[in-house]
Amino acid sequence: MVADTPLKRFIADYVSSPLAVIAAIGMALVILAAAFAEFVAPQNPYDLMTVNILDGSLEPGETGFDGFYYWLGSDEQGRDMYSAMIYGLRISLVVSVIAVTSAVFIGLTMGMIAAWKGGWVESLIMRIVDIQLSFPALFVALLLLAILGKGIDKVIIALILIQWAYFARAVRGAALVEIRKDYVMAARCAALSPHRILFRHVMPNCLPPVIVIATVQIANAIAIEAALSFLGVGVPITEPSLGLLIANGFDYLLSGRYWISFYPGVALLITLVLINLVGDHLRDILNPRMNK
Amino acid sequence: MSAPVLSVRGLITEFETREGSVRAVNNVSFDLAPGEVLGLVGESGSGKTITGFSIMGLVEEPGVIRGGEVLLNDENVLALPEPKLRALRGDRIAMIFQDPMMTLNPVLRIDTQMIETILAHRKLSKAEAREMATEALALVGIPSPAERLRAYPHELSGGMRQRVVIAIALMLEPDLIIADEPTTALDVTIQSQILFEMQKLMASRQTAMIWITHDLTVVAGLAQKVAVMYAGKIVEYGLVDDLLDRPAHPYTQGLMQSIPSNTSRGNRLTQIPGMTPSLLKLPKGCAFAPRCAYASEACKVAPEETAIGETRRVRCHHALGGVS
Amino acid sequence: MLAYLIRRFGQAILVMSVMATIVFFGLYMVGNPVDLLINPEDDLLAQEAAIRRLGLDKPVHIQFFHFLGGLVQGDLGTSFVHNTPALELILSRLPATLELAFLGVFFALVIGIPLGMYAGLYPKSPVSRTIMAGSVIGFSTPNFWQGLMLIMLFAVFWRILPAGGRGETVDVLGIPVSFLTWDGLSHLFLPALNVAIYKISLVIRLTRAGTAEIGLQDYVKYARARGLSEWRVINVHILKNILIPVVTVVGLELGNVIAFAVVTETVFAWPGIGKLLIDSIGLLDRPVVVAYLMLTVFMFVMINLVVDIIYSLLDPRIRVKRRA
Ligand SMILES: Nc1ncnc2c1ncn2[C@@H]1O[C@H](COP(=O)(O)OP(=O)(O)OP(=O)(O)O)[C@@H](O)[C@H]1O
Ligand SMILES: [Mg+2]
Repeated sequence: MVADTPLKRFIADYVSSPLAVIAAIGMALVILAAAFAEFVAPQNPYDLMTVNILDGSLEPGETGFDGFYYWLGSDEQGRDMYSAMIYGLRISLVVSVIAVTSAVFIGLTMGMIAAWKGGWVESLIMRIVDIQLSFPALFVALLLLAILGKGIDKVIIALILIQWAYFARAVRGAALVEIRKDYVMAARCAALSPHRILFRHVMPNCLPPVIVIATVQIANAIAIEAALSFLGVGVPITEPSLGLLIANGFDYLLSGRYWISFYPGVALLITLVLINLVGDHLRDILNPRMNK
Repeated sequence: MSAPVLSVRGLITEFETREGSVRAVNNVSFDLAPGEVLGLVGESGSGKTITGFSIMGLVEEPGVIRGGEVLLNDENVLALPEPKLRALRGDRIAMIFQDPMMTLNPVLRIDTQMIETILAHRKLSKAEAREMATEALALVGIPSPAERLRAYPHELSGGMRQRVVIAIALMLEPDLIIADEPTTALDVTIQSQILFEMQKLMASRQTAMIWITHDLTVVAGLAQKVAVMYAGKIVEYGLVDDLLDRPAHPYTQGLMQSIPSNTSRGNRLTQIPGMTPSLLKLPKGCAFAPRCAYASEACKVAPEETAIGETRRVRCHHALGGVS
Repeated sequence: MLAYLIRRFGQAILVMSVMATIVFFGLYMVGNPVDLLINPEDDLLAQEAAIRRLGLDKPVHIQFFHFLGGLVQGDLGTSFVHNTPALELILSRLPATLELAFLGVFFALVIGIPLGMYAGLYPKSPVSRTIMAGSVIGFSTPNFWQGLMLIMLFAVFWRILPAGGRGETVDVLGIPVSFLTWDGLSHLFLPALNVAIYKISLVIRLTRAGTAEIGLQDYVKYARARGLSEWRVINVHILKNILIPVVTVVGLELGNVIAFAVVTETVFAWPGIGKLLIDSIGLLDRPVVVAYLMLTVFMFVMINLVVDIIYSLLDPRIRVKRRA
């Protein structure tokens, strides 16, 4: 095999699974739809000019008074569910991507510090990580939100504080492997600047596990955010994520208007399955390289 | 000669791997009389263990027994339905596995594992089975067996564990024991001790045995017959004194010359050059040819099994009658 | 073993203290403690009296010791809304949550282990593939939405089970339980299933991986070579080795289940501590929130401790390592 660049080899490995390719394409479509919600959604559900209260609670496939076709139905206020879902997806994705990116950053830093410094610094960081990871994520999130209060920024902070620990643990493990190698030892003895070693050699070695965990954690962040919003301690009603849409539909479920929470849930499920499929495959192809 | 307990005829076992099908046991035949010991010798990967498993009808995915017969007391084991086969295993044919450390289930006590074996084959009460297990442990020289019974495997040393496994094999007085290098994982003193005791027991009970080993010296002291395996085939087969005195196959010769005591002092130990071939890429013709000093054009065709003398068989175009 | 217990206990106390500190400085220091602990509907004079009574005019470290002192005595403040001690309130709701959690975990084990073992033993069968695909979906489906869908199907469309509430309870040793009445059971079934679905997926994955790995071990093949029935090989030799990791994880998951019960209880209006927490957050009933957090932390720490001990009892190898 012509293994010219790591990237090309990575792509070659990745396309070896048709299911994973389909999942990646699906994920790309989901992200694009969320990013360009204004163009993809037939209606802006938060623009009162376009929402017609007379079209409230229409079943999927019904047509409104002005001829608008609600293929996934409408909610009590007459919002098109399909449009509301796309906007909701955007909020879910933005929250989780910001949270995970920040968590990666913090986790990478803490993990590398722990591996590089060793001693009590390492013990302290890893003990915090261990204790934190011994509690379920949702519990930690509830604890933090009970302290911090409600709001989109609070949700993001809570997610970051939950997730950094996963990255810190993985990064420390990967970094230690590299730091124990002879050339790093030699460089340390020669008192070379640690930045060069850390950024040129140690960090690249930590990236494969970070990528795998980040993928999975984005799915987790979406799910946790949805659960928190469903419980009413997450995003505010003015910025309804998929989780909040489902919560809003809950009240109508018992009267048989299932679609208000059913379809956002399906969208959430599909998003999570796609991300998890991609994550599973990434783990499969990145793991052996980590062991090499 | 008495009627054989075991008669293996043209046994073929293959593994369906992703790279192709691998013939781990290729047309293997031999006979075993009651009380007789056959030494099955060959390098790592030559198919000794798989031959043993095939005789018990215990080849697991992706392995398949493709052909041949295994006659135990004139009954073809391989044609038996699974329940009858299961009734044979552990009762009429017992097997001692290669690695004593991995053989016993780590989370079950010794008594559990011994008693379940007895109860699988005998209609006894648990107390009677326990009695039987205690006796079996005492027989293989385990001190305070009643106490040992309550131990977990990891609480026993490797030698003890192997004795337990041997006790389990002997317990139900089988017709045939397949012992897969039962002593190689142990240190030399314990090795010879166990070897000696087993020999005594087998002789007194007239149990036939297949002793699988790398080691020709062990075979010399223990077995009546030897089969030398190479790449799934028996390349040479005969009575032990006969075969070790005058090895006919160049491979057997090579094996003999790599035994330290067989070469006089000052002479270098000779190794067989080259490596065991991968079963996936066997050369055409004789599988040993690439490593053989006598290889010729003729070896491009696989040699048939030819009889030399009454009890000897060899697969070689250049069988070396009497050259040593 | 004793030294080990003492060490583990010390660790547990340390974690408790750390969490107490975090909750104290989080809830008492970050926000205005007056808002947190004093009913805003009281008049000013009463508020000042309360501030003095609670020692909120004292320096931080004195307050901290005060808080810790209350904690040790089990005094976690008084609910604004219910006007009862917070701890008492939570303990009165705890049985409902525990009932839900235990039944959920029970479902997860009795459904997950057989399915996972099947998938591990016969990985290529279509049934196994269906099981695994189902587990991926079970893993990815958000818990609360699953709950909604269960309500939609069973309570709205088919109308065979109630949509929420606890139903009729019976007192056992002074504790109300649902599972002994038909009505209670019908109310319990959907929430317990909701709790279980995610765990079932987890147990399936764990069990399948364990079965596949353990199925390759020598001791399993040896069990077959002794003629044991397939039933015994699977349900004793394989299962017993799988139970260790599965019990550990599921035991640890019990804490998770109690935390996630927040979601299930909210969906099904199940009157447990999770629903109490969400209601209290909504009503700004902070003493109850603090009490819930401290109690749950305590529970997690205890569960971790108990699981560790059970684990060391189940796996004899660990027991010895620790003894040594
Ligand atoms: N599960 C399997 N899948 C594919 N091939 C297998 C499998 N098990 C065994 N084989 C093949 O069968 C051949 C014979 O294996 P076997 O275990 O019988 O060797 P052996 O003579 O007992 O070696 P050793 O002395 O190392 O125990 C191996 O070379 C291998 O190629
Ligand atoms: Mg072998």
